[in-house]
Amino acid sequence: MHSDPEFISRVATPLGFYYLILCALNWGAAALLWRRGAKTFFHVPLPGRRNGNGHAAAVAVDAHGATNGNGAIAITDVLVWLAVGFAFFILAPLAMIGEPLELPSAVKQTVNELSGPVTLALGSLVVFAIFFVFRRFFTQPIVAWVFLNLALLVMGMSMTDPNFTSIVAKPDNVPIVGLVFLLGFFTWLATYKAVVNDDRIARGLPPVEKEDSEKVLVWPDLVYTELICMIALTAFLLVWGIGLQAPLEEPSSSVKTPNPSKAPWYFLGLQEMLVYYDPWMAGVVLPSVVLLGLMAIPYLDFNRKGCGYYTISERKFAYLIFQFGFLELWVILILLGTFLRGPNWNFFGPFETWDAHKVLALNNINLSEIFWIKGLDQSLPKAPPNSSALREIAYILVREAPGIILVGAYFVVLPPIMAATIFRKFFVKMGFIRFMLMANLLLLMGALPLKMVARWTINLKYFIAIPEYFLNF
Amino acid sequence: MSLGESIRNSQLWKSVFRHPMPLDRRNRIVVMLTNFFLHLHPVSIKKQGIGLSYTWCMGGVTFFLFLVETVTGVLLMFYYRPTLEWAYNDILALRDVTSLGIMRELHRWGAHAMVITTWLHMYRVFLTGSYKPPREFNWVVGVILLLLTLLLSFTGYLLPWDQLAIWAITVGSNMARATPVLGHEGPFAKLLTVDGIPMITNGSDARFLTIGARFVGEETLNRFYVLHCIGIPLAVALLLAIHFWRVRKDGGISGPL
Ligand code: HEM
Repeated sequence: MHSDPEFISRVATPLGFYYLILCALNWGAAALLWRRGAKTFFHVPLPGRRNGNGHAAAVAVDAHGATNGNGAIAITDVLVWLAVGFAFFILAPLAMIGEPLELPSAVKQTVNELSGPVTLALGSLVVFAIFFVFRRFFTQPIVAWVFLNLALLVMGMSMTDPNFTSIVAKPDNVPIVGLVFLLGFFTWLATYKAVVNDDRIARGLPPVEKEDSEKVLVWPDLVYTELICMIALTAFLLVWGIGLQAPLEEPSSSVKTPNPSKAPWYFLGLQEMLVYYDPWMAGVVLPSVVLLGLMAIPYLDFNRKGCGYYTISERKFAYLIFQFGFLELWVILILLGTFLRGPNWNFFGPFETWDAHKVLALNNINLSEIFWIKGLDQSLPKAPPNSSALREIAYILVREAPGIILVGAYFVVLPPIMAATIFRKFFVKMGFIRFMLMANLLLLMGALPLKMVARWTINLKYFIAIPEYFLNF
Repeated sequence: MSLGESIRNSQLWKSVFRHPMPLDRRNRIVVMLTNFFLHLHPVSIKKQGIGLSYTWCMGGVTFFLFLVETVTGVLLMFYYRPTLEWAYNDILALRDVTSLGIMRELHRWGAHAMVITTWLHMYRVFLTGSYKPPREFNWVVGVILLLLTLLLSFTGYLLPWDQLAIWAITVGSNMARATPVLGHEGPFAKLLTVDGIPMITNGSDARFLTIGARFVGEETLNRFYVLHCIGIPLAVALLLAIHFWRVRKDGGISGPL
């Protein structure tokens, strides 16, 4: 039974085409593999057929492999992707007649309940870590293809959910779905090439890129590639433009505030940071630090290896830091802010209705309150009425002393400790100024996840809370 | 002499194209050297540098999208008036009545795509370590281009003047209120107080500078329109020229030594 027949009938046709495209993808892959020569995984013996007659199927798909004469069907990669394509081929008409494959509601409910900022952030981190550690396994084309198929299938099944689709298919959100798949693909591609190169380097060979250092003429080799790219891109934009209308909502009204009010999608990572930091940090300081930090990269990375080819082993530290910053702290936060934040910036699972009346208890407390009230069991230090401005400031400093000391230690004491311990080699190579710059950039970058964890674990609102001067950290 | 040949031998043709047809090796070199558009490229290049799986062609794609945005944007300017009275209606008309109103779709989706491809290009440049010497400065130029691309997109977001537009810009520009020292709700802004009169108010702070008023209104529309159509594109064009020039001067597309 469908939850919402009217909705299903609306997505029926697009979904049908979607599955047809997936079918074409897999059959295309099968054709490609067949041309290259199919690879046999294993043989399924045919009962009762011991001689070489009558195994037409095996011959057909095994044309480039060794045909075996003992009456067994060779299960090749070609055959597998043909079958997968066929499965999508069946799903397409099913979707078109209004019987699409759906996610069981139990699954959807579990996903909704399990998801949240914490699971999303930590879960994606774990996924990235697993992918990184077992990159040799995951970058095998066949494994990547399996995961791509799975992702696309889950996507197709999720599209039958009105809540999911209403957000994912919002015109301005469509590009982000594209971004996810593009990033997945390019991360795979880069890692794949890096794994190959790392193997070669370990064996004392130069990276693959070196093999192609012979020179070719730009006309025709490059200009034609560019021409084809331009034509393909134009066609792509035209199809996109015809298929999806640019959004235009009601005329603007400065009194009707939409809920949620969202910045353009590429800034939603910053808006998501507002959950943890005040606007001066999330909207001004951190973005500026991101830009300055990016610009500083070439001047901080003293490692001369790994220039001009894909590699991980030769520049693990830089590689990991960048991926963490870009994928986890930028892209994942954008996805969270775009797809999973609803009215009042509350979190909603992917299959949950955006209910403007959802109320979440907010009981975050400041470090000063934890220290003075909970810890020392006394009230916050407060200047007596009518005291001078300086005196008031002194009281504020005392009140916030725990946070100020903690934050000060984080930014001032940690760098020398880092220089003396884990980053010893860096310090020696980089010199004082460059090292301090790098250490502080890293610490600022780390300030975000640290604040997140503090929020999730001890409901911390601010390390330093000086609302009197708009200075909350 | 065939027709094609006689055209190619005419004075007119020869005055436009300073080179013969690039059919043999010599002329394929000549064409790269004598054609204004092509001289951006070197004559020959390492095979590895043009491999799609190496550069992903992302810088090129971003540049092409920038050109698409320029062309469609100019066409849109013929129809769009940045005033409270007309902005929304003109966009509405682009959707409903104007022929080739699809320019708006191309412009909007092209803009989203350009943001994405800029990120992917940066990702590729990082993953291939192409920011390392001698290309450090071109990476810096790239980061500025990244910022400008985002600002282009942000300023353009306001122009349809619908609910989506003004509230997205309101949310975005509200951040400037909190700029340290220079925002009226920012830390230390109170320090800039002369004789008890605060210098940084909601009529003089960083947010006011961005949107030209105390809230997103007609002044903002005008300001963003000028930035979007003239200011930022010019800056991007200049930086792109430097970016491409540096790619060449720094030894072409990076590759293993
Ligand atoms: C408007 C945005 C941009 C455009 C149109 C653009 C265009 C290009 C093009 C066409 C190339 C030639 C190689 C290639 O296609 O990959 C290139 C190379 C390069 N770009 Fe960009 N770029 C942009 C933004 C950036 C950004 C954001 C960065 C980095 C933060 C960057 C850093 C570089 C570097 C270092 C190179 C040299 C790479 C090499 O030699 O392999 N660019 N850019």
